[in-house]
Amino acid sequence: MEKHYEELKSIIKIYLPEDVSVDDITPKSHLVNELNINSANLVDVVLDIEEHYDITIEDDEMDKLDTVESAITLIKQKTA
Amino acid sequence: MNKRVVITGLGVCAPNGVGLDNFEQAIFNGVVGIQFDQELADLNFGCQIAGKPDISQDQLARYFTPLQLRDLTATGIHYGMIAGVDAWNDAGLSSTASESVDYDSGIIFGTSTLGVDKLVAAARMTDEGKVRRLGSAVVIQTMSSGISAFLGGYIGAGNQVTTNSSACTTGTESILMGYERIASGKAKRMLVGGCNDSGPYIWGGFDAMRVLNKKHNQEPKKGSRPMQTGASGFVPGSGAGALVLESLDSAMTRGAYIYAEVLGGAVNSGGQRGSGSMTAPNSEAVQRCIKDALVAAHIDPKDIDTINGHLTATGMCPTEIKNWSEALGRSGDDFPYINSLKGMTGHCLAAAGAIETVAGILELKTGQVFGNVNCDDIHPDILALVEKSKIPDQTIPVNPSILAKASFGFGDVNCCMLFKKYNS
Repeated sequence: MEKHYEELKSIIKIYLPEDVSVDDITPKSHLVNELNINSANLVDVVLDIEEHYDITIEDDEMDKLDTVESAITLIKQKTA
Repeated sequence: MNKRVVITGLGVCAPNGVGLDNFEQAIFNGVVGIQFDQELADLNFGCQIAGKPDISQDQLARYFTPLQLRDLTATGIHYGMIAGVDAWNDAGLSSTASESVDYDSGIIFGTSTLGVDKLVAAARMTDEGKVRRLGSAVVIQTMSSGISAFLGGYIGAGNQVTTNSSACTTGTESILMGYERIASGKAKRMLVGGCNDSGPYIWGGFDAMRVLNKKHNQEPKKGSRPMQTGASGFVPGSGAGALVLESLDSAMTRGAYIYAEVLGGAVNSGGQRGSGSMTAPNSEAVQRCIKDALVAAHIDPKDIDTINGHLTATGMCPTEIKNWSEALGRSGDDFPYINSLKGMTGHCLAAAGAIETVAGILELKTGQVFGNVNCDDIHPDILALVEKSKIPDQTIPVNPSILAKASFGFGDVNCCMLFKKYNS
């Protein structure tokens, strides 16, 4: 969990708007509503996750990526 | 009753000067921003010289957030943001707070083709079946209105935000469109201008049409020769120019510095009839456009002090001079001063009219007419119409009051604008 969490944080931080700091990220953070990541950039987050973990995330799985925690759950399922 | 419209901000990202101060220095000192371009040479271009603004990553970081800069390869957006943000700040205006929208301010910022490098990269990935990997940056960098979208987000603009496109007339046309919107009371402030990408993909088509100068690859600074004998093609350029237009009322209320008044202008097309074609202007329409602009601006032809021409150096310059002369009914030593910035910048395509208008407004501001560079062999057909002293080869302090600016573009489209020094 801890390893995935740190990796995901470093993926996400690139897409944070200027007024959100990487320190604002918590496991419960909602990517769009709380971290204010532009919804268009979610696609880029997904691409970066796919590349990093060598997995494929389908369109209908993207709504499981709403929070940091749920993203980690999805990554764990895919890499299991 | 139309509202009076003034210019309160200028910004420029030109091959011979990035930023207003550098550009002002450059135009009055005849600094040429055209260089040998190794990339064009490597790709077997006939013309291997070009005008490109010199900008660093550090400079870009002042105009874009790190996230915006990620994978931002659309050079037109680089140039347009530098010019547009500079103009906005030059007018004493700033980005709105995160929750507030400025419904009185809009944007009409033109371009030809935007984000060509991005489009080429995306096309390659698409052809490889990797469309899924394109990410989110392709659309915003390749839609024509991408530049207006970037600027709109910076400003928080809530009025009309759009992009015009009329080939090499684009930059000048955007000024007329913004002027009309303010004059009719639909906006208080409009950020207008034009930008154009640089690079082989944007210039290749012109090289293939054999309209670029291939004779000065070893002497780049002498390559752009508007109005000269044997001018055999234009030098491709790029960049952006931007102006903040504002109602006189709004400018006075804010206590803003006023560079000049926009008196009015006209736009038309020659219909690709008569002497007009897809690539050449119909002279009848050009003259009509100039005359219509005078009527719209309530200006007598004799009142024009200086003309900033289109004058690209393709061999059409004598025809353009003839059109000015006939439309204004002026010739010899009665002809206004005339110059072409393209000798210093090359032809900046969709950005040309905007960059050149910024140069013209700086003439009104400083009381000078900038000298034409590479001006030692003026075409005899031009000298038959215009006294040589009216085509200065050095910057001269003649305190011009009224400036005419025209641009002509593929598709046989024309635009002419008139500006007046502002005396409070």
